[in-house]
Amino acid sequence: MPDIAIEVEPLSLVIEIGDMPVRVNTTDPQFVALLQHRYSGFISHSKLPEMEFDIDLATPRPANPNVPVKVTQRLGSWTLLRGDFRAEWNPASRRGTIVQTANPYSIDAVLRIVHSLVLARQGGFLLHSASAIRNGKAFLFAGVSGAGKTTISRLAPPDATLLTDEISYVRKTKDGYIAFGTPFTGELAKLGENVSAPVATLYLLAKGPENRIDTITPSEATRCLLANVLFFAEDEQLVQSIFDSAFEFVNRVPVRRLTFVPDAGVWELIG
Amino acid sequence: MSKLFLARNPRVAARALDGEMMIMSARDSTLFTLNKTATILWQSADGATPLDEIVQSRICAEFEVEASEALHDAEKLARELANHEILFVSEQPIPQSAPSAGSSR
Repeated sequence: MPDIAIEVEPLSLVIEIGDMPVRVNTTDPQFVALLQHRYSGFISHSKLPEMEFDIDLATPRPANPNVPVKVTQRLGSWTLLRGDFRAEWNPASRRGTIVQTANPYSIDAVLRIVHSLVLARQGGFLLHSASAIRNGKAFLFAGVSGAGKTTISRLAPPDATLLTDEISYVRKTKDGYIAFGTPFTGELAKLGENVSAPVATLYLLAKGPENRIDTITPSEATRCLLANVLFFAEDEQLVQSIFDSAFEFVNRVPVRRLTFVPDAGVWELIG
Repeated sequence: MSKLFLARNPRVAARALDGEMMIMSARDSTLFTLNKTATILWQSADGATPLDEIVQSRICAEFEVEASEALHDAEKLARELANHEILFVSEQPIPQSAPSAGSSR
C-alpha cells in the first residue's frame, strides 16, 4: 500500500538584529516570503543562531493586539502573551514556539520582547528613541510619541545613517555602548540600516522656538532614560538589572536635552 | 494612638541620586521619585523605629513643622508608599528579612 503521509518540509530563515541571529521555522512558504520582505536587510545566513523559534500559524480568529502584553518566567521558561500571540521561550535550550496568525506584527512584538530580555541581562536595552550614525558615532533621540523622533529622522542629512526612527538597540560592551540598526519602525515606516556604532550622546527631545542643547542633571537623565526603556517582564532580577543599567549608562554616556524647531539646522548641532 | 512601624520592601530597586531617591517597582516596572520627606521615611524605615520617633528626630529636625501635624502628614505619606508596595506599614515592629503577615501594603 502506498504511503499517503506527506511530510511538509520545514522552511526557515534567520533574522539578525543587534548581532543576535534568531532562526524562525514555519511550514508556510507565503509567510516566509512575508518575513523576508518585512526584515529585508536583517536576514542573515548565520549557521549558528543564538535561538530558534517554531512558528505555529494558527487559524485566524478574533484577536486583539491592544491587550497589554504579559511576560512572565516560570522554571526558567518565559511565556509571552498578547491578544494576538502566545510564545514560549526557554533560554537554556535556546528554543521556543510562537502561536500566531500569518501577520508580521505578532512576530515583531515577540522579537522585541525576546531581545529586550536578552539585553537586560547584558546591561543593554531597547530604547523608545530614534538613532542615527554620523561621523562614525551613534546619536540617540529619545522621547514619547510626538516628541519629534520621526521629525528628527526625516530631517537627517545625507551623511547621517538612520538606525531607526522608533526603537533603538543599545548593547553594552567593555568599552561603552553600541547602537545597532533595527527593523522596528515608527511613522517613517522605513527600516533602519543594519549597521552599528559606539553611542556618543543620548538626546532627550523637546520641541521649542530655537535649536539648542542643554545639560540636565543625572537624576533627570536617569528618570527620562528609564521612562523610555522598553521593558515588559514581571521579573524582579531583570527589573533590578534595567534599573542599574540606566544609572550606569548615564554615568558613562552624555545625556542632553535637545530642543529643536522642525528644520534641518538642528543637525548642525549634532555630530 | 498606636505606634506605626515602617520597613522597606526589599523587592524594589532603589538608588539615591542628586539627593533624590528613585525606586522602581519589580511588579510592574513603575518608576517613583521620592520627595525629601518620602526619602527620609524610606531611609529610616528599618522596621524597628516607630514613625513618631522618625518624625521627631528626622522630619521635625529638618523642617520647621509642628510635631503632631508632621506625624499626621508622615503617616498619610507612609500609607501612600505602602499602597505602591514601596514600604510596609505595621502596628508591630517588622522583621527586616520577612515582612510580618499582619503588615499592610
